Amino acid sequence: MAKLDTDKINVILATDCGSTTTKAILIQKVDGEYRQTHRGEAPTTVEEPFADVTVGVINSVTEVAELAGRRLVDENEKIIHPATDSEGCDIYISTSSAGGGLQMMVAGVIKEMTAASAKRAALGAGAIVMDTIASNDGRKAHQRIQRIRELRPDMMLISGGTDGGDAKHVVEIAELVSPAKPKPRFGKEYQLPIVYAGNNEAVENMEGIFQDGFELMVVDNLRPVLERENLGPARDAIHDLFLEHVMAHAPGYNKLIEWTDAPIMPTPGAVGNILQTIAEREKINVVGVDIGGATTDIFSVFDETFNRTVSANLGMSYSISNVCAEATMPNVLRWVNFDMDERELRNRVKNKMIRPTTIPQSLEALIFEHAVAREALRLAYQQHKEFATTLKGVQQQRTVGDTFSQQTSGQSIVNNMKLNLLVASGGVLSHAPRMNQTALLMIDAFQPEGVTSLAKDSIFMMPHLGVLAQVHPQAATEVFERDCLIYLGSVVAPAGRGKEGKPCFSYSIEGSTLNESGEILFGDIKLLPLGPGETATISLEPAKTFDAGDGEGKKVKAEVRGGTVGLFLDGRGRPLDIPQDHSRSKKMIDNWVNAADLYTNGQE
Amino acid sequence: MAHAYTPGLRISHREVIRRSRTLPIKGKVLVSEGDILEAQQIVAETFMPGDIIPVNLSNLLSMPPADVPECMLVKVGDQISMGDPIARTQGIFGMFKSEYKSKYEGTVETISNVTGQMILRGEPHPVRVLSFIPGKVVEVLPEEGVVIEAEVSYIQGIFGIGGETFGNIKMACDLHSEELTKDKIEKDMQGSVIVGGSRVTADAITKAVDVGAAGIVTGGIDDADLRDFLGYDLGVAITGTEKKGITLITTEGFGDIAMAQRTFDLLKSREGADASINGATQIRAGVIRPIIAIPVDDTVPEAHQAEGHVEGVLEIGCSLRIIRDPYFGMIGTVKDLPSEPQALESGSKARVLDVELTSGEIVTVPRANVELIEGDS
Repeated sequence: MAKLDTDKINVILATDCGSTTTKAILIQKVDGEYRQTHRGEAPTTVEEPFADVTVGVINSVTEVAELAGRRLVDENEKIIHPATDSEGCDIYISTSSAGGGLQMMVAGVIKEMTAASAKRAALGAGAIVMDTIASNDGRKAHQRIQRIRELRPDMMLISGGTDGGDAKHVVEIAELVSPAKPKPRFGKEYQLPIVYAGNNEAVENMEGIFQDGFELMVVDNLRPVLERENLGPARDAIHDLFLEHVMAHAPGYNKLIEWTDAPIMPTPGAVGNILQTIAEREKINVVGVDIGGATTDIFSVFDETFNRTVSANLGMSYSISNVCAEATMPNVLRWVNFDMDERELRNRVKNKMIRPTTIPQSLEALIFEHAVAREALRLAYQQHKEFATTLKGVQQQRTVGDTFSQQTSGQSIVNNMKLNLLVASGGVLSHAPRMNQTALLMIDAFQPEGVTSLAKDSIFMMPHLGVLAQVHPQAATEVFERDCLIYLGSVVAPAGRGKEGKPCFSYSIEGSTLNESGEILFGDIKLLPLGPGETATISLEPAKTFDAGDGEGKKVKAEVRGGTVGLFLDGRGRPLDIPQDHSRSKKMIDNWVNAADLYTNGQE
Repeated sequence: MAHAYTPGLRISHREVIRRSRTLPIKGKVLVSEGDILEAQQIVAETFMPGDIIPVNLSNLLSMPPADVPECMLVKVGDQISMGDPIARTQGIFGMFKSEYKSKYEGTVETISNVTGQMILRGEPHPVRVLSFIPGKVVEVLPEEGVVIEAEVSYIQGIFGIGGETFGNIKMACDLHSEELTKDKIEKDMQGSVIVGGSRVTADAITKAVDVGAAGIVTGGIDDADLRDFLGYDLGVAITGTEKKGITLITTEGFGDIAMAQRTFDLLKSREGADASINGATQIRAGVIRPIIAIPVDDTVPEAHQAEGHVEGVLEIGCSLRIIRDPYFGMIGTVKDLPSEPQALESGSKARVLDVELTSGEIVTVPRANVELIEGDS
């Protein structure tokens, strides 16, 4: 790759190949400044008959070209590169998460012991566990091999034996996996990642067994002694290998590599870079989310500590059915303010799963998708909190007869009361028809406490800018500041619980355009106009069981930032409690929908 | 010209397909290049070591482990049948001898003077791979299996459960829009691939299993029925290894949705023919869809592609199916392809197309919500 002369760069083309949609943006120098000028999108083409991610890239770039009136694709369906005055681009870069979610198999010696620990580590890393193989799983060796071949896992975690113990059994398990030679779903060049987290005496054997055709990573034993479980290292390794080796890969990936001017970044890597930059520059605590079709990525920066999690089992298309299964349908439906037939809904969810690229056409379908998104985000954030702990790698004591529960150690450093900015990105959030919908969806799912600003990635371009920052930081910064981040406004939400209809907090707001005071009752939410670029000072007096940041019942004064949606005064308490009884929850959601003006005033 | 957003599933009267058939572990290939195979012909086999059966003779005959070897009536490597005398104690002065007769069959693998155990190895388990699709061996993969080429009528399903199976095609419904209900399942459908029209009901699936049908191919299924049948809720679409006594393939999706007329007509035209079906589905990058392959003979018409039509391309006149509510399952043709994005009822803006439904009604739907009906005509 030749070194770029950044001063001569006038036209930049960037794509993000998601699992479901490929998004292309065009950045051009306009009056000496880099601006994002056009965007296009097309379904990702990982399925037959295309089975080539570059087809989706060309489709999305063609759309950009049509809109921009600039030829970007030649007659051989290749991106025109480098640019001339009237056609092509100077830089072409891409991110990818086209590989989709993480579906893995785990193996251990004893089903109820090491294999169970391995399964917990994989689940903790956000993977879908397709099957668990163990010496005592009742299957014959060839059946296990057949199973591995049929399932085509993206990765395997092998564990077994305590440190220093007999290595025979775990080696036997490894000897099963190796000849199975699972065929990767991404083509011959892909090497199956294997995480080994078993008896340390068997490491040498593992290196021998997996030397050809596998990407072996050895980490600390997840069960070093029988009574102790140490899931952290295996979980982190799965996470890292997923980002590096699985997520970005897809049919046609190698062709795409040849087209780009910088290495293809996994989408979460690129988005993480951008969010870290925001937190550093503003010196604030930030939580960001990128919800895709197969995965949901959460990023946080608290007190300068960056954490990133990829929930590879939560998403809005390939993983939508898993979201509904994990969250349960009643939890999804509690966000819907009208009656829906569960049998019919189950069919809709599965139809979206088997045909992942469809979009909601009716308002009813949109409301249901937003309900699913709330649950996907809630579950992903819960997982992120468990990951982002103060004491990483602290071991969990377990006894042999333990009834295991999915728990991790350490105190989460994610603190919603200290959160300053919540950033939304990803199809369902960036493309919600009304920004009010994005704002309330984020508030409901993340439940920020105290005073928090809300922003969204305008047209879903954070991944593109994240990778652009690697090759042309100036262009990335200019576009980010002018075109990417849209402030939606702020939310003020004291934590605590109260009685419905009783006061939650009183407020007084002073600003150049907004001067108002009043009281918010528990269970209510109110949206006040506070436009983009505007700020106001709010004085809050919470009721005695509510905390707005300085303790229960303590007054708080803070500056709030306006945006395209405005200022939410949220008296619904934290944690949000929505009744299971749908007739009650329906009424409650109806009030919130009306107060937040979600669907009534047409489109933006 | 625009590429279709969602490529359609293949439906072909005649198509040449290749399938690799391999053993899980190395073994012996039983056929040669050029051989013509039947569907259920074994192409390769190997033998897995049999089960291990520990027999604690020390306990059974109440003697110290160290004495076991000298009391053995069989030696390592001997084949044992049920009832064969295995070991006899010395007794006292040649009297009061105890004897152990085998309760198992197998080969003596070890005799231990430390534990007093004899380890018997059961009969080897044969592991075989069948040809699955009748056709010609075009490549032999030494010690692994073969690649088979076959000319078949080929239908891709959208979703299925259960693995490979075979059976002759029996039409249970007269129309593509007819529900496959319990009363349409007959006893003579044992071993058959039953073809329905629209949704299959829960009790029809149960009855099909009861009569011993090999498989069901139909338009749709309610997810609630699928959950009840499987006994769990599918989180991700990775199937094929379910052992429910039947392979089930839906051609259109979930809910009450009619099978595409072309698919139904093709299956009907092949009634009585043997079909190889596989419900295995993996919906992720590197997708796997269920398949129905029916070997062709000379009576099946030659394939011909609609003139000028390029596969995967969305153009005026193309046949398509709408794959999202509010028009889910409806079939029509492309009437217009406006280039500018348009506002939908949901409030979103998206690129759309106008579809003329079979009823004559013209509806506007997002391009992302249609699927081409591909294959020869």
